[in-house]
Amino acid sequence: MLIKQLSVFLENKKGRFTEIARILGEAGVNMTAFTVAENSDFGILRLIVSDAEKAKEVLKSHRYAVNSTDVLCVECPNRPGALASVMTIITDADIFIEYMYAFSNGNKALVILRPNDLEKTVEVLSQNQVELLAINDLFRL
Amino acid sequence: MIWNETMECMNREDMRKLQGIRLKKTVERVYHNCEPYRKRMQEKGISPADIQTIDDIVKLPFTSKKDLRDYYPFGLLSSPMSEIVRLHASSGTTGKPIVVGYTRNDLAIWDEVGARCFTAFGLGKQDVVQISYGYGLFTGGLGAHGAVQTIGGTVIPMSSGNTEKQIMLMHDFGAVGLACTPSYALFLADAMKDSGIPREEFKLKVGAFGAEPWTEEMRREIESKLGIKAYDIYGLTEIIGPGVGYECQFQNGTHLCEDHFFPEIVNPETGEPMLPGEFGELVFSTITKDGMPLLRFRTRDLTRLIYEKCECGRTSVRMDRILGRCDDMLIIRGVNVFPSQVESVICEMLELEPHYFINVDRINNLDTFEVLVEVKEEFYSDEVNKLLDLRKRIVHRLQSVIGLSPDVKLVEPRSIERSQGKAKRVNDKRKFN
Repeated sequence: MLIKQLSVFLENKKGRFTEIARILGEAGVNMTAFTVAENSDFGILRLIVSDAEKAKEVLKSHRYAVNSTDVLCVECPNRPGALASVMTIITDADIFIEYMYAFSNGNKALVILRPNDLEKTVEVLSQNQVELLAINDLFRL
Repeated sequence: MIWNETMECMNREDMRKLQGIRLKKTVERVYHNCEPYRKRMQEKGISPADIQTIDDIVKLPFTSKKDLRDYYPFGLLSSPMSEIVRLHASSGTTGKPIVVGYTRNDLAIWDEVGARCFTAFGLGKQDVVQISYGYGLFTGGLGAHGAVQTIGGTVIPMSSGNTEKQIMLMHDFGAVGLACTPSYALFLADAMKDSGIPREEFKLKVGAFGAEPWTEEMRREIESKLGIKAYDIYGLTEIIGPGVGYECQFQNGTHLCEDHFFPEIVNPETGEPMLPGEFGELVFSTITKDGMPLLRFRTRDLTRLIYEKCECGRTSVRMDRILGRCDDMLIIRGVNVFPSQVESVICEMLELEPHYFINVDRINNLDTFEVLVEVKEEFYSDEVNKLLDLRKRIVHRLQSVIGLSPDVKLVEPRSIERSQGKAKRVNDKRKFN
């Protein structure tokens, strides 16, 4: 239920993301979610792909700095207040969120979370019957 | 091991006597054979008769890099062209290069001093040495080549470039020694890693690195990445090339071949001699060369001399690490900045690769000072804050060492150009007209 997220360091230069998308496309790696955290000099592309190992390998061979981090993917109903109830569980357990990104489709919403305490988050969410998705679930959507 | 114990371990008093005799002979030679030197001595009102001991050296005029340009190409030769058997030239970045002519005797001296270096590095006749300094006008390649041949080692005359082949031959020929610039050594370390050949399949043990200034931190970086012991080999084209000095196994300063190249330290502004042990500009006089002897050549390198006997048994004077070059010094917002200071900070931070690039510009009458650095792969994070925090620490370290706060820019892996010869690490775009 932990999902491998890749992070790629990118200088703020034209065409960097285009190149990454091309490299992954040519390697037959599919992306399911990504986000860019940026500041004035550089950006960090975080992405979830169909084959993390392969993506890491091809990006490294193109001399990108790639690291992987474990994240969680929570599925909740696509309606007002649903996210709040999940987040309340996390906050009540004294867990801090480093970053998160989300998308919704139809009646479902998916939230990628990077908490400061992964184990504890899994524990409290499971206790509260919040569903955590595995990487295979993401590519079955 | 010591190649020439008589010269390298001579007591200081005898050495000074020998230097005096050799200087006197050299002064006579240039006075009678090189017009610019004769004129300059006459202007100062001195003749060869005024030079009797090595202490008289302070009476002699200085020679500058500019003199070598002004008398380009052969104006400072003290031998007729019929005696000159080889020419070398420095990689002059501005205008004409600096040309040096060698007689057969000069080449023999070069081989001799070079042999002292490679012997001090622990290499000998049983060892294969890969020479990855550029061959050609640059003194690095052929200088190291002659040195290794003289000690009876096996030379791989590789020259620089063609990195894959460098790694292949280093492996296949079982090179024990590597001679190149320190920045190229780091480049080769990356290439070795990329080659996928396990380190234990290489026989490499010792590196002879020089031709550009490098710091103690860079040495540690090279030693850990290449898994070797890295030695400094010092030299200047104007004096002879690599072989002017070398480190022994104690690496406590660079032993100078002072029976051939007499060193002094002077105040860079006034030219007055400094006291023994004080920092100042290094000045060399060649006291045995015939082709193009130079009197009191101002190196622009800032260092100091150590006269105490070394643990290795050698009595020859040692030169401390070079602090910087008078010429490399950047004045940014009124503060003196040496690229070597930036390098020492970059190399000591374990999150960073030992590569950097400095951009200096003047925008709206204000100097800008930007330092590009590469983060080691494992330290690139998925969290922006961690990288921003790292950047803040780099700025802080640089600020405390230099006294000036640069804009530090983190760049992608391997995006800073790896040099295959002398590294260019500064771009000063300011125009001073």
